[in-house]
Amino acid sequence: MLKPISNQPVEKSGHSKKQEQWVRRIAIGVAIAYLALVLFIPALNVFYQAFRSGFGPFFTNFRDPHFLAAIQLTVIVAAIVLPINTLFGLCAAWAIARHKIPGRAFIVSIIDLPFSISPVVAGLMIVLLYGRNGWFGPLIQSANLQIIFALPGIIIASLFVTLPFVARSVIPVLEETGPEQEEAAKTLGANDWQIFWRITLPNIRWGLLYGVILTNARAMGEFGAVAVVSGNLIGKTQTLPLFVEEAYKQYQTQSAFSAAALLACLGLISLVAKEILERQQGSSRPIGIRKA
Amino acid sequence: MAISFNNPRKKLLTSLGGLLHLSWPWRITIGYLSIMLLLPMAALLWMSATKDPSEFWRIATSPVALSAYDVTFVTAFVTALINGVFGTLIAWVLVRYDFPFKRIIDATIDLPFALPTAVAGLTIATVYSPAGWIGSLVAPFGIQIAFTRFGVGIAMLFISLPFVVRTVQPVLRELESEVEEAAWSLGASNSQTFWRIIIPQLISPILIGVALGFSRAVGEYGSIVIVASNIPFKDLIAPVLIFQRLEQYDYYGATVIGVVLLAVSLAILFAINLVQAWGRRYA
Repeated sequence: MLKPISNQPVEKSGHSKKQEQWVRRIAIGVAIAYLALVLFIPALNVFYQAFRSGFGPFFTNFRDPHFLAAIQLTVIVAAIVLPINTLFGLCAAWAIARHKIPGRAFIVSIIDLPFSISPVVAGLMIVLLYGRNGWFGPLIQSANLQIIFALPGIIIASLFVTLPFVARSVIPVLEETGPEQEEAAKTLGANDWQIFWRITLPNIRWGLLYGVILTNARAMGEFGAVAVVSGNLIGKTQTLPLFVEEAYKQYQTQSAFSAAALLACLGLISLVAKEILERQQGSSRPIGIRKA
Repeated sequence: MAISFNNPRKKLLTSLGGLLHLSWPWRITIGYLSIMLLLPMAALLWMSATKDPSEFWRIATSPVALSAYDVTFVTAFVTALINGVFGTLIAWVLVRYDFPFKRIIDATIDLPFALPTAVAGLTIATVYSPAGWIGSLVAPFGIQIAFTRFGVGIAMLFISLPFVVRTVQPVLRELESEVEEAAWSLGASNSQTFWRIIIPQLISPILIGVALGFSRAVGEYGSIVIVASNIPFKDLIAPVLIFQRLEQYDYYGATVIGVVLLAVSLAILFAINLVQAWGRRYA
């Protein structure tokens, strides 16, 4: 019915070959038609809607102070979340790959939890912890701080949903390279920092960059968890994805799609960078999918 | 008697001692995970225990909640199965056949991971609305997709698309063609080879991909809240119900639905681990 393209020693009759060619064409046709319906047409529509009246309306949006405020907030959140979760991811990957302790597999699956927990549930947990009636509510209020409906809440929510990416992409690389080079450096008298900067980091750089790119894409694009904790105060706690939804609800289709096109560009850049890094690494390692 | 009473305490002390002797990367990792993940989960469970279990049960099985589970879990299950079939076909086509733009198409499979969900929701709502590119094609037949349960399904198809493709693809690539050739040379037909040799090896990755896609679709909020009309008993999903409860400051009600969703997610995670262990055993 279906045949591989590998050279096959068994001769087929002309009839069966013709039949196989038809199966092949139909299979490719159905696959592409499905992808078009679910993926390609919606993706192209973003840019069509954003630019169908030319570039003018698209750039007019950059004069909207709320739009600019949303871009600014999104960048600030990513700029804070990225270093924190990169450091944590490196540390966790280092611990898991190099300092084996009992119960290690369990901790690895805990790191993966944010992939399985609904972003809305994540946001809810953060509200229950840091909200006015939450566990730390009285403490936060007495210190005159605000976390929920403010920047810290958005940062905590983004930290939560992007927690696994760096660790997940660095662990396999660390495990593949093994500790031999680091041990050799140690016996030659290198200290821990020297070993990290000169041996470990160069070895894991592509995996690390891959994790950082995925963290960035998710931090800038997160919607559910941020929507719960931000309160969506226009111009104050509205990130770019929240701006998209708000504009759409207000029937401002053009500004919704302008913001969406900007976010889609971010997604495309991440995708291209990811593709390049996967070739550098020589293997495809989609995140969120553990090696079977 | 005294010894048996003392033992657990001693055990606890030694394990605490072990924790203190951990290397600093472990201490930071466990500390960060506790603050970022375990503490919030504890707060959720604590909140769910503040009222009587019968009250919990009443809210968890209220008609609006049951209808939200129906929309969420049934739609997610059906779309995960659809993606199981088409995802396997796409993986097959990408691994076994050559055609123009194959590499680009392969790369775009990951788009749902990279595209923010708000963008996905916005564009699907537009394309599948009665005035949209695809919505206008089916509107004359009285079918409405956006702002109905079908729209929820399309959004779920979109966000869970990469999972099956990406779990099946590497397995398909590593399948040894010798086994298939041996089957042919022993006189097996193409369809026999396909159903008896290839499919059995793909079952475990397909199951894992379907489960991962289901898990992702169950928790999805961003794209669906935009595509659906979010009307109870029509197309309201459980995560949106949590959000609406929070908007009404009904923290307990939100928590109850949240605990149900969390329990389902953890159950799926557990099932995936079982399938993976089973797959390794028969690999």
